[in-house]
Amino acid sequence: MAGASALLLLQGRDHVWIRRLALTISLAELALSALLLRGFDAAATGYQFEELRDWIAQPPIHYHLGLDGISLFLVLLTTLLTPISILASWKSIHDRVKGFFFALLMLEAGVIGVFLSLDLFLFFLFWEMMLIPMYFLIGIWGHEHRIYAAVKFVLYTMLGSILMIVGILWLYNATGTFDLPVIQSLLQSGHVSFSQHTELLLFGSFFLAFAIKVPLFPFHTWLPDAHTEAPTAGSIMLAGVLLKLGTYGMLRFCLPLFADAAHQLAPYIAVLAVIGILYGALVSMVQTDLKRLVAYSSVSHLGFVVLGIFAFGQISVQGALYQMLNHGISTGALFLLVGMLYDRRHTFEIRQYGGLATPMPVYAGFFLFVSLSSLGLPMLNGFVGEFLILNGTWQQHALWAGLGTVGVIFSSLYLLWVYQRVFYGDVTNEKNSSLADADARERSLLWVMAAFILFMGVASPLFTRRTEASVQRVLQQMNRPAPNAPVEAQRNFASARPGASPVAQLQTSPGATVR
Amino acid sequence: MFPSTQDLMCVAPELVLCVAGILIMVLDPFVVASGSGSHRGGRRVADVLALLGSAGALAAIVLPATHQGTAFSGLLRIDPFSIFLHIVVCSVAFLVALGAPSYLDREGLPHGEFFALVLFATAGMGVMATAQELITGFVALEVSSISSYILASYRRESKKSNEAAMKYFLLGSFASAFFLYGIALVYGASGTSILPQIDAALVHPTLLTLGLALIFVGLGFKVAAAPFQLWTPDVYEGAPAPVTAMMSTGPKAAAFALFLRILTVVAHAGAIWFWVIWISAVITMFAGNLAAIAQTSVKRMLAYSSIAHAGYILVAFAARNEIGTAAVLFYLAAYALMKVGAFTTVAWLGGSGERYLDLDDYAGLAHTRPVTAACLSIFLLSLLGLPVTAGFLGKLYIFDAALHSHLVWLAVILAINSVIGAYYYLRVIVAMYMREPKRTFSTEKIPAGVAAVLTLAVAGILYLGLFPNRIMELASQAATLLH
Repeated sequence: MAGASALLLLQGRDHVWIRRLALTISLAELALSALLLRGFDAAATGYQFEELRDWIAQPPIHYHLGLDGISLFLVLLTTLLTPISILASWKSIHDRVKGFFFALLMLEAGVIGVFLSLDLFLFFLFWEMMLIPMYFLIGIWGHEHRIYAAVKFVLYTMLGSILMIVGILWLYNATGTFDLPVIQSLLQSGHVSFSQHTELLLFGSFFLAFAIKVPLFPFHTWLPDAHTEAPTAGSIMLAGVLLKLGTYGMLRFCLPLFADAAHQLAPYIAVLAVIGILYGALVSMVQTDLKRLVAYSSVSHLGFVVLGIFAFGQISVQGALYQMLNHGISTGALFLLVGMLYDRRHTFEIRQYGGLATPMPVYAGFFLFVSLSSLGLPMLNGFVGEFLILNGTWQQHALWAGLGTVGVIFSSLYLLWVYQRVFYGDVTNEKNSSLADADARERSLLWVMAAFILFMGVASPLFTRRTEASVQRVLQQMNRPAPNAPVEAQRNFASARPGASPVAQLQTSPGATVR
Repeated sequence: MFPSTQDLMCVAPELVLCVAGILIMVLDPFVVASGSGSHRGGRRVADVLALLGSAGALAAIVLPATHQGTAFSGLLRIDPFSIFLHIVVCSVAFLVALGAPSYLDREGLPHGEFFALVLFATAGMGVMATAQELITGFVALEVSSISSYILASYRRESKKSNEAAMKYFLLGSFASAFFLYGIALVYGASGTSILPQIDAALVHPTLLTLGLALIFVGLGFKVAAAPFQLWTPDVYEGAPAPVTAMMSTGPKAAAFALFLRILTVVAHAGAIWFWVIWISAVITMFAGNLAAIAQTSVKRMLAYSSIAHAGYILVAFAARNEIGTAAVLFYLAAYALMKVGAFTTVAWLGGSGERYLDLDDYAGLAHTRPVTAACLSIFLLSLLGLPVTAGFLGKLYIFDAALHSHLVWLAVILAINSVIGAYYYLRVIVAMYMREPKRTFSTEKIPAGVAAVLTLAVAGILYLGLFPNRIMELASQAATLLH
């Protein structure tokens, strides 16, 4: 299914009405992927819609695609954000339009490929494939320091991924196959096992690649540059989807394949995640550049996701998954908003703005709404994810959860503070007094985003119901969970059943998150 | 003792190459003299003969392929391994014959000698890939080297070209002498110079080790392995770009072939040389990649990058298993395509006298020449080792071979080097796509020959990258039979 859509993309090259065509293609894909939702069986634990073809004989590499509850919504997120970024760059891209939309669609194809691959080799192929369009998106259509940012982005990612291919080949030499389900069952049944040392190395080779992509705390320095310099559409895709690839990879590969190593390193990783949460938030606070601020907030938010994953609880992992989607929507929307501002004033300097609420009331309203979602206001999507993560983590590691909560407070600090500086008060700069409010195209985009934010905030069971089985399976594959986890996880699982919406849970156990 | 038909069949490709070369040399003076005023007619004859010769040689590979076994009383061995390398070497000659005429026209250089030398050199490489006797290997090596020395100095007026040739010649002769002396010692140690017999006839292991060390020096020079790589950048930069395209691929492939045959057939060699190759591979990779970063000339950068690639191939050598041998073969084929493609592009974009070689001269190329820029990008991305290209799979097979022999650290070093490589390959792409042009590009149409080379190379790279099955099958078959 996705294979067909990938082919479709190539036609995007030779058409006069490139924008419309690109939009049509991306909408078609959105529709196709929405069909997936209908056909998806929430109760099944295995992969669905599998597609398996031989590709390379020696070494045996298959074209093996399929999805489960973990990848389902990430694919949907990708197909949703692509048309949005296309619309977002409707007017701001004038130069080499064809190449731009081609790159954007190639990027989408690569990302979807990563989410769907069930063959390690194919996974790596798509993983690298999406690097090139992103590189061009930043490097050609970016802002002032775009070349520096683009090269930095590629080199960082490359370093991680090249070590991952070594890991993949190592795994291949041990198991004789690249096929993920086969490797999983081999490891599960004990036919193949690694010494502790080997497993740590293997885990490291995968984890480093993902940690750079996420980006986890010490590896994050490429992100602010890449985000700030990328065009709006690039930032939306980067924040919305590309960062999720890292956390997705951890969930899909690091945890089930190298369970022991994951357990062993989890404390250290969690510490890095918490540092990322706090550091990202603190650095956001002192930014003078609006886009950089949003970029650093991503570091903070993704820290939550990593924390949730490495707490290994049913709730926390599901929360992490949910937070991945939330972050995609909220931060995507934030970049969208910031990009709109840039279209008008061509600067990201916070000092240049002030009192924008007067000339642009609608815009300001949306900005506030999205900010609130990003800082985790109940009823909106960000809250659900953060709550689930912190709740899940709390049961095992109260300290981490506590520190994470401080991060939530920080995030409201920096978001509200910047909101105040940009929108409230008098119009300090002459040029700002006559700024146009959001036009019809922009409004419709924002309405879509806002609708999702609200919908995901109140209707989370619709999502969690479908991810539940897959998350449970990942945790089962880990086989030997942390000493006190099995019972806990089981209990959590029971309480997270559909019907018992997390929002409802809040009323019963409010003390769990607040310290 | 006249060679039998069987023997002649086995060297059919070389015969075709030599006959075509001689024909060019004989006919050239006549045609050039008769072509009044412009020498166009004469040039065409040489071009066509060179194309026919290399294509004929490619076709003639069928003959040895159906007559596998030893020939010339054990001097040569025709096996899938040599057949594979013949395909690589003759394809390189064919691509050079396609791409070079427009370059020679532009530089006002005679065609006849050029193509005759290219064909002779190719014949030498062919024999190198087939030789299983050391003296035969040496003679073949000299045939290809001496032709290359002359070709390197082919731009007689250019100082750089002459400097390159001089350096190449002096150092190359040294290396050949080492090689020859090594052969003498091996002969002294075992009383034979036929590779498969050495192990059995060995009487003096120490002497053999010493002899093999000297052989390593000689061949290491030819493949530009550290610490014998210092000549490479100057020579590759100074030589005319089409010659560089050939020198950096064909002779390298042939020398690697001989190297590999010695290492695998002489059991004694492999065991001793493991660490030497390990260390040499590491130094070669770092030396090539780190120096390449500092270059501003694209041509010189590519020269350093070919050192790095020799290092990658040495990693597969160090693995010493069948996968490694197959990886070497596959990589040589992929590498030949990318390097010929890249240097042909450089030759064409360089303009008369090869003036435009700097990174700055490539700035903004994508605006005026999107197709050329795209082709060069594909070559560079393949050199870098990005998926869907031949370079990626080649590197993958090398990784696989290394990990199969548990050379984890070597694999990691290779990985790190790939990232270093990414930096300078991407710089060219950055210049082409993301910077504003600093000079006006000629709007001249791309010559048909160059266009054909680029098309073939790109097609080949993508074919190997997407559907490697057939070639890989050939390579593994060759490897299995060699071991």
